[in-house]
Amino acid sequence: MDVLRIGCAAGFSGDRTDAAIGVVDALVAAGGPAFLIFETLAERTLALAQLARRKDPDGGYEPLLVDMLRPVLARCLRHDIRIVSNFGAANPEGAARRIRALALELGLPAPVIAVIHGDDVSGLEHRAALEAAPPTSLDARTIVSANAYIGAEAVARALEAGAQVVVGGRLADPSLTVGPAMAHFGWRADDWDRLGRATMVGHLLECGAQVSGGYYADPGLKDVPGMARLGYPITEIADDGTAIITKPAGSGGRVDAHTVKEQLLYEIHDPTAYLTPDVVADIGDAEVDELAADRVRLTGVRGHRRPDTLKVNICFESGWQAEGEISYAGARADARARLAAETIRQRMADAGRLRVDLIGSCSVFGDDDGHLLAATGARASGDVRMRVALRHSDREEAQRLEREVLALYCCGPAGGGGVRTSLRPTLGTRSCLLPRELVPIRFELLD
Amino acid sequence: MPTRSVPLWRLAHGRSGDKGNRSNISVIAWEPAFFPLLVEQVDEAAVLRLFAFRRPTAVTRYLLPKLHALNFVIDNVLDGGVNDSLNLDSHGKSLSFLLLDLPVRVPTELAPRLRGPDASTTSKETTR
Repeated sequence: MDVLRIGCAAGFSGDRTDAAIGVVDALVAAGGPAFLIFETLAERTLALAQLARRKDPDGGYEPLLVDMLRPVLARCLRHDIRIVSNFGAANPEGAARRIRALALELGLPAPVIAVIHGDDVSGLEHRAALEAAPPTSLDARTIVSANAYIGAEAVARALEAGAQVVVGGRLADPSLTVGPAMAHFGWRADDWDRLGRATMVGHLLECGAQVSGGYYADPGLKDVPGMARLGYPITEIADDGTAIITKPAGSGGRVDAHTVKEQLLYEIHDPTAYLTPDVVADIGDAEVDELAADRVRLTGVRGHRRPDTLKVNICFESGWQAEGEISYAGARADARARLAAETIRQRMADAGRLRVDLIGSCSVFGDDDGHLLAATGARASGDVRMRVALRHSDREEAQRLEREVLALYCCGPAGGGGVRTSLRPTLGTRSCLLPRELVPIRFELLD
Repeated sequence: MPTRSVPLWRLAHGRSGDKGNRSNISVIAWEPAFFPLLVEQVDEAAVLRLFAFRRPTAVTRYLLPKLHALNFVIDNVLDGGVNDSLNLDSHGKSLSFLLLDLPVRVPTELAPRLRGPDASTTSKETTR
């Protein structure tokens, strides 16, 4: 049976850069047609990349690009394992040039690299369409980035044109898997069931070790071996779109029905309508079966006609976030931490909403308005870290919080230690829908 | 039929995900026999009560009988979402563990099949 293997070596920008080595070893050992994908974009990543490109016109792509590719590029090219990724971020062409330079540094012939264009809709020519697209209300906000989630078709066309590496920006995560499958099996762009199946396979792969046991681990209840040497996922996908999820032999981690179900439902809303640029995927009747150790089959996925619109994420400058932390321990630690927070609150009363956490007592479950913290009684003793955070449009005002937390060193309450503060610019996001025809997508082979 | 109360994590596991100001949390039965208990007791009202302090505007539950799973979608529960929330965990990655502590009543005949060591059950656990 004709099987296509696709391995995923990154689930976000900042993932382990040695992940690809084991995946490529396994793809080489298996033989047969194979792809390697890297998924490196999240809601904020593109805006950060756009800011990086403002500082350096040649930058703006995945900062770890070279670290990710250097260990595997030679073997991929030698064994005809083609690479598809959205690590181009805000500058796919810049990433493509860097990859070519890396190949030359490694003494390899220049690979055929395709660049996908069209996802960036931040230019003035798109501004009127973005303003008109509900539910955007951009007012006078300073737009940092605006990118449409684009699909697999351009990836497939680029591969058919002979690309060994395909570099895009805001390629939708599952499209990194759908594109290679479309090209390999010759699927039509309206073969909804097949595209739906490949989309959910891509969804399983796109977060890297989230499907292969890493993010599943919960010792004593959900034990996972080899957390320090996790195997990243590999799929074996068939012409009908059904697929097996596995990982490199001998690697750490776990692939079983439970790890796969958790990732299958990750970031899903209506399970019968998972919207992507390629298809509306439907897992309402999906099933997973354990075939053997670390081998799970996904079946029963359907697909429906793709949406007529593309989702656009718009990032804009939204001010400054200041944070400060200080620790209290021992008898009445909780009460002293609460007094510290109340002191800051009174001194910053004019600066807007202040979030308070008592780390070790009540923090991440809590809400910004402090309803949960207020309902949580103070413990007689403990080891807690008081954290305060606020956002302000004015840098100086936000910065005042840092100084107020620092002043607790001498002003008390008693026994406060380990102050750390930070200040950073923040980015807000809005999303809207644009008609497809306003977002023409094309690929270009790097000359 | 005698029952006992145990935290949800002894019957199911799950994961939370975020898109904008919306969180989804899966609840996946450890085995098919637990699924009807989840359908019966882990409903939209129970989840709305559990997350009420975060002022969500809606909870929708989707059933996936072939996966023996539920999927909850909780609207406006993330203080604006990853870029707007002041929470350290602005994604709400930890929220699945809030839901997995929900007390669930289990027939005592099913108790030997519960996951996790019996000694590790929470103080919420009672028999009646």
